Amino acid sequence: MEGLAKDLICLRAAKELKPGMYVNLGIGLPTQVANFTPQGVILHSENGVLGFGPIASEEQMDWELVNAGAQPITLLPGISFFHSIDAFVMMRGRHLDVAILGTYQVSETGDLANWRMEGEALGAIGGSMDLAYGAKRIIVICEHTDRNGKPRIVMQCTLPLTAKGVVNTIITSLCVIEITKKGLELRELAPGISTDYVQQLTEPKLIISQDLKEMEF
Amino acid sequence: MRAQLDTGKSPAVNKIVATVSEAVADIFDGAVVGIGGFGAAGTPYRLILALAERKVKELTVVATSPRQFEFLIQSGSVRKAITPFARYADPSVPNPLREPYLKGEIEVEVLPIGNLVERLRAAAAGIPAFYCPVGIDTVVAEGKEKRAFGEQECILEHALPLDFALIKGHKGDRLGNLIYRMTARCHNPVMAMAARVTIAEVDEIIEVGELNPEAIITPGIFVHKVVKAEKPPLDWVYKGVVQKARKT
Repeated sequence: MEGLAKDLICLRAAKELKPGMYVNLGIGLPTQVANFTPQGVILHSENGVLGFGPIASEEQMDWELVNAGAQPITLLPGISFFHSIDAFVMMRGRHLDVAILGTYQVSETGDLANWRMEGEALGAIGGSMDLAYGAKRIIVICEHTDRNGKPRIVMQCTLPLTAKGVVNTIITSLCVIEITKKGLELRELAPGISTDYVQQLTEPKLIISQDLKEMEF
Repeated sequence: MRAQLDTGKSPAVNKIVATVSEAVADIFDGAVVGIGGFGAAGTPYRLILALAERKVKELTVVATSPRQFEFLIQSGSVRKAITPFARYADPSVPNPLREPYLKGEIEVEVLPIGNLVERLRAAAAGIPAFYCPVGIDTVVAEGKEKRAFGEQECILEHALPLDFALIKGHKGDRLGNLIYRMTARCHNPVMAMAARVTIAEVDEIIEVGELNPEAIITPGIFVHKVVKAEKPPLDWVYKGVVQKARKT
């Protein structure tokens, strides 16, 4: 499939983050956004850490300093550690400005399904339901289609839900979509990608923004 | 007036035990056992291995992910797992729970981490149940009492008391006061509070009075046994290599 490499999806997602924001990066692709976040963004992870730096190199690695995806991370001045109750108070209690999450499916009305894949016996809920409920804004980042080439952006999720009606923005390998009361608004296209191409690979009918533009990084 | 530390009068309590085997000796068949840690960080591997070696049966294990209690799955000690990551976060990594689950040998309850830790906190705090909005419209809500508060539908979540908690501290004293190291803190303090008997594996045992009272994270009232244990070999910490450690 055409479209952005994963690093560029993360780079585009990082542009949504501003200094002073408290942000959680979900397990999987979103954790890599940490490598592109502007200075001053304060990263939270549900295993009890706030204000950490980029993913650690092999020399920097300490296995007792990790993110929720068990990736080694780095210390920054002002970092704090706390236990799980406090970590989830920050999430459930609406203290986080943004959560960036991966997904298997997202629906026209912002339903999120990101903890169990098709045909899987067991899944991984982790902190995804807590974040989906509690973060003030949910940005989903993913490849535009799944590994079988089927749309991830669907009329209705067929996979088990994480939460209903929570997603605000979808950033994929092809485009940026805002979920509005009227439906899915196509705001940006990846370089070289056409509106028709995105529509072909998206189940719901897209509303084309009057300000539709090419993605900038 | 200034508060002064009176060095002569610390309580004559000693929660230190000599070995990890001794520390887990009272854990009985059918017990509900919480395991601290999130991924490898904060996981009391030495206690888990000592428990697996005892071949206790029918445990209900409460832990973040199967990576942490793989030793107990292999020893056939687990009847039920209560875990937010019923598989590894990365679905391509082999899952030790999958086969026993499909064979019906291990029952699995998968739940949001926040609901899990709040259920533990409720048990610790003497609160039998609470309403929680997380999990509504999902499998987590199935079979649970629901109630709306304003616009928000919630599910009734019950306290989850533990018979035993196995936790990992960084430094501890004979009174059971503990501090942790970086993200190895995670679930350990709440597991400690939720259990009737909390057993802490620590990197270092220090004298009473050495810990800064302002910095103690888990006060000794929540801790019943403290044992010094070697840090686990790094290869236990990484996925897949836990299996290698087992074969030798």
